Amino acid sequence: MTTAIAIHNLRKTYANGFEALKGISMEVNEGDFFALLGPNGAGKSTTIGVISTLINKTGGDVVVFGRDVDTHVYQTKLDLGIVPQEVNFSQFEKVRDIVMTQAGYYGLTRKIAAERTEKYLRKLGLWDKRNERSRALSGGMKRRLMIARALVHEPRLLILDEPTAGVDIELRRSMWEFLTEINAQGTTIILTTHYLEEAEQLCRNIAIIDKGEIIEHTSMKKLLAELDSQTFILDSEAELSGEISFSRENVSARIIDSHSLEVTIGADIAINSLFSELSEKGINVSSLRNKTNRLEQLFLSRLNRNGRSDAAVQG
Amino acid sequence: MFTNHKFIAFETIVIKEVRRFMRIWLQTLVPPAITIGLYFVIFGNLVGRRIGEMGGFDYMQFIVPGLIMMSVIQNSYSNVVSSFFSHKFQRSVEELLVAPVPNYIILAGFVVGGMARGLAVGAIVTIMALFFADLQVAHPLITVSVILMTSLVFSMAGFINAIFANSFDDISIIPTFVLTPLIYLGGVFYSIQLLPGFWQIVSGVNPIFYMVNAFRFGILGSSDVDVYWAFVILAIFAVVLYAGCIWCLRRSTGLRH
Repeated sequence: MTTAIAIHNLRKTYANGFEALKGISMEVNEGDFFALLGPNGAGKSTTIGVISTLINKTGGDVVVFGRDVDTHVYQTKLDLGIVPQEVNFSQFEKVRDIVMTQAGYYGLTRKIAAERTEKYLRKLGLWDKRNERSRALSGGMKRRLMIARALVHEPRLLILDEPTAGVDIELRRSMWEFLTEINAQGTTIILTTHYLEEAEQLCRNIAIIDKGEIIEHTSMKKLLAELDSQTFILDSEAELSGEISFSRENVSARIIDSHSLEVTIGADIAINSLFSELSEKGINVSSLRNKTNRLEQLFLSRLNRNGRSDAAVQG
Repeated sequence: MFTNHKFIAFETIVIKEVRRFMRIWLQTLVPPAITIGLYFVIFGNLVGRRIGEMGGFDYMQFIVPGLIMMSVIQNSYSNVVSSFFSHKFQRSVEELLVAPVPNYIILAGFVVGGMARGLAVGAIVTIMALFFADLQVAHPLITVSVILMTSLVFSMAGFINAIFANSFDDISIIPTFVLTPLIYLGGVFYSIQLLPGFWQIVSGVNPIFYMVNAFRFGILGSSDVDVYWAFVILAIFAVVLYAGCIWCLRRSTGLRH
């Protein structure tokens, strides 16, 4: 399988002495949908900045589809599409002009640029807004515009830095569908996100970066298989009271309020058996939900293992 | 990247730049035309009639080449400095930096955009001048060469200013405190022959003095300096500023961390 991007011992120290990347290495295969996760300030955006040449690295190598970004500048740039975290287009330009101009920077003729611009603005639901100034767009529309702009030269590798931050749930889901579609058509995607549900749903492989170091680099399946327990919130039809105990050792429960129960069960226990036992106790469950996302549990445990407190992770 | 791709990238930057200053024509094309028009009316017509001749020409005829040159210098410079700094400020410069556009194409695109505005304002001012003075072009080739080279030089100077600028204040310091005094003391309104010997020598170190006089020679056929020196100075500035711009872009000064 071809490697879409290989990073070896990548280091970045800013002028103020802050060491943002401490020699990270990772590989992403062609066709992958890859999640790069980490708390704020972990080094995700710096990594993307170095790959896209917007940040000068201190050391290490970045190889895109077998070509070093330092020695094959033009070809590697043609292979890359970048959707940054912050809006970085002119607020005074029209939507269509922003995408057309980017196509021109990549050397596309006006005819091809116009066709591709229409194609991606339509796909991202922005065609009706094509003649509006970009500053008039909503936050979600601006993010979609940046995706259309990054795709206009049809890169083989698309890197998105928190593309759904601040986007409402309906729009977020339509963006997931779109990204899944272009990934199925062969575009390799690297995604950074704070929505771990998003990473779990979309991505096949994952790396977790913290304090400038990769602390986990594996497949999503393998990582999720490491969960040794899950916590659910159960809503009861009847009022709950007293202490609830279970016959099995690795099941524990805690009453949250008069109609809600928090239950933690080991990975080896079937959830059916939990319902049976609750039923025997006269507790009928009307609904159930995960207390936290499964990936979130693992993410937090990795960061805690790396010396972070939960508060620091969330902050 | 093939040569054709580079040309398309260059053309894209130029179109974007021209579209930008045409979109805000009330800020970019009208004010310099009004300012220079007032110079024609006040200095050329009202005051100029009392001054009489300057350098062997009507005062109005004498100041027209300098005022055209002044508008070209100021507008070439300010177009590039404000446009490129605005790209930095809005971070839209990143669109260019992630794309496979060589540094010299980025520079050429912005410089040609600056020249387009400088020459557009120069053309407007020239048309306005025709209402006030009888203009004949004595040496067309010299006139065109000097105006093009001057516009090129000041567009590149504006580019360097934009690269080092960190705030909107930084893009107005050089035009206000350096460019404007040099233009006013560059023989736009007077002949160097009127100055005492010491100040004639001081004027000799002002590069704009040579440009204004070379342009005046192209239009009127008369100048305070040898035109040859004007071309030498323009060529030196063009080469040094080009090297400076490319050096800054290679080092990513003010563009990449």
